[in-house]
Amino acid sequence: MSLERSLYEAMLRMRMVEETIAAIYPDREIRSPTHLYIGQEGVAAGVCAALGRQDVVAANYRSHGWYLAKGGSLRAMVDELFGRATGCSGGWGGSMHLIDVDAGVMGTSAIVGGGMSHAVGSALADRILGRAQVSVAVFGDGAVEEGPWHECLNFASLKRLPVVFVCENNLWAAFSPLKDRQPPVEIHERMKAYGIPSELVDGNDALAVHRAAAVAADRARRGHGPSLIECSTYRWLEHCGPNDDVAQGFRPAEELEGWKARCPILRMRSLVTDEEDRSIRAAVMREIEDALAHARRAPWPEPSWKPAYYEV
Amino acid sequence: MKFREAVRAATVEVMRKDARVFVLGIGVPDVKGIFGTTVGLADEFGADRAFDIPLSESAVTGICVGATFRGLRPIFVHQRIDFTMLTMDQIVNHAAKWRAMFHGAHPVPLVIRAIVGRGWGNGPQHTQSHHGTFAHIPGLKVVVPATPHDAKGLLIAAVEDDDPVIYIEHRWLHEEDGEVPDGYYEVPIGKAAVVRAGNDVTVAAVGPYVGEALKAAGALAGEGVSAEVLDLRTLRPLDSETLLASVRRTGRLVVADADWGPCGVSAELLAVTAEHAFGALKAPPVRVTWPDSPVPSSQALEPGFYPGARQIHAAVRYTLSRGASAGLAGSSTKPFEGPF
Ligand SMILES: Cc1ncc(C[n+]2csc(CCOP(=O)(O)OP(=O)(O)O)c2C)c(N)n1
Repeated sequence: MSLERSLYEAMLRMRMVEETIAAIYPDREIRSPTHLYIGQEGVAAGVCAALGRQDVVAANYRSHGWYLAKGGSLRAMVDELFGRATGCSGGWGGSMHLIDVDAGVMGTSAIVGGGMSHAVGSALADRILGRAQVSVAVFGDGAVEEGPWHECLNFASLKRLPVVFVCENNLWAAFSPLKDRQPPVEIHERMKAYGIPSELVDGNDALAVHRAAAVAADRARRGHGPSLIECSTYRWLEHCGPNDDVAQGFRPAEELEGWKARCPILRMRSLVTDEEDRSIRAAVMREIEDALAHARRAPWPEPSWKPAYYEV
Repeated sequence: MKFREAVRAATVEVMRKDARVFVLGIGVPDVKGIFGTTVGLADEFGADRAFDIPLSESAVTGICVGATFRGLRPIFVHQRIDFTMLTMDQIVNHAAKWRAMFHGAHPVPLVIRAIVGRGWGNGPQHTQSHHGTFAHIPGLKVVVPATPHDAKGLLIAAVEDDDPVIYIEHRWLHEEDGEVPDGYYEVPIGKAAVVRAGNDVTVAAVGPYVGEALKAAGALAGEGVSAEVLDLRTLRPLDSETLLASVRRTGRLVVADADWGPCGVSAELLAVTAEHAFGALKAPPVRVTWPDSPVPSSQALEPGFYPGARQIHAAVRYTLSRGASAGLAGSSTKPFEGPF
């Protein structure tokens, strides 16, 4: 299969899964804080296409896309969202806490910046154990403001660890715009201070993301140390939940419209045939229906605790 | 007035009275205004006194401490108390130490407002209580209001206090209604309240468990059991006087704490009672606490994780050797609906 087609398919799959999640969220079958990735699919698709199954990704609470792109099981993810025992985290984590160890998806943290050091630690382990694998740290522009972010860059650069830092700069942290949180110096430009090679790419161009990620992963595998890729992109829906916060007046409508015109999926549409598009959609829809049906039948988890002694 | 409106009302009172007070935190000036508690502050007091911060909780805590050295009185707000775990160095190693370490030269009049999440599958990293964690540290004060009245009075007292105060709000109390006096008043830090008088057993409750304890006490009254309910309100310094006076009278103690049991506030209450009122006890005390586990996200597990009036009721009957009763249904707390 061509790279173009597989990137298109990966993004469309993420999109269709999340559109389904957003559509059924009001039914209250999914009851956990859910941060949708719609609009940002080019980043996960592009980066993961440059990785092998044995490479690992440490992401955050907005990870449906990363989990799927890295090869996580859709059934186990949907089961997790439904709080079922068969969920990827046994129902204990919910949407913010996904994991698929076999697919190289490290457990995701809902503490901003929390996963950054896990990727560096994973790279340290590969170094010590002599494995030529790549660890990817995924974070938003907000995480850049947390202290450990800086400490991780320093550490990874010092030890020349095989890490790829991927910043998803979507211009907003919840309801706070980037310009109110950071001085106007582009994130990738700050890497000079850490001695880390960096690149700014259009995060809505999955092919460009893939090119940059392939270079960075290769650098890591050769033992030449960490890299940072800043991907400019935009989240279409509200920070947390299935709604449109632009319609509610929280973000400028023109900004969203501009980014929607640059939809990462639309952008690659001409690279697949109508027939391919139709067959991808049909297959993904079958997969989603299967996952939903599976989740609705799946068993609930049992408590790990016993009733207190005074209750029995 | 609702609990969350009382928090906002207290903030407005202290900011009007004292130009040294300012409010900061992630989301303070945004449209949602920390569940409505900071809405409009920037309009009234300006962007220098109510503002958003970068996602830098750790450094900003130290920045607040530094600002207190030069005369300011910050209120630093966190949408989840879990995020204060990033700030423990400045709270524990710095703010809590400064008064003693410099022999009083620099008290640290800092208020940390921290919100406890619950419900809608918030999961292990967005639901912790941690009042016990903070209450362990000398140099800090820790308050957990249970009513809109105390939410206002304790926040005003916290800002007036010259030491660092951790002010903990339970998200699912935010919508509770109650009487709130107009104007400026303080609820003293370090004083528990007897919210229901009784003779047979003392139920000492923290935050959201005060309401649950009152429900249990109501049901127990119908069974001929007279329960006294204490709202602890402050966990450090603990009002052991009120606690011990009550236990000496009733001879029985049930602690209802919205936190884990081991090494927590409930353990401290039992220790204080054992040390100072052992002879008065007619039965072993009982602790009603969270299961010894992180909070699960699944809707199948989360509601059953939290004990409520039913467990407090059972615990009281246990101390009275009355055995279980089918009488009391589960908690009637209105669950929080998502997405955050
Ligand atoms: C340490 C910490 N502080 C605050 C929060 C609340 N919070 C969750 S996501 C978020 C915004 C993060 O923005 P960014 O890093 O840009 O990622 P995005 O959500 O845009 O993908 C905030 C403030 C948190 N989870 N952890």
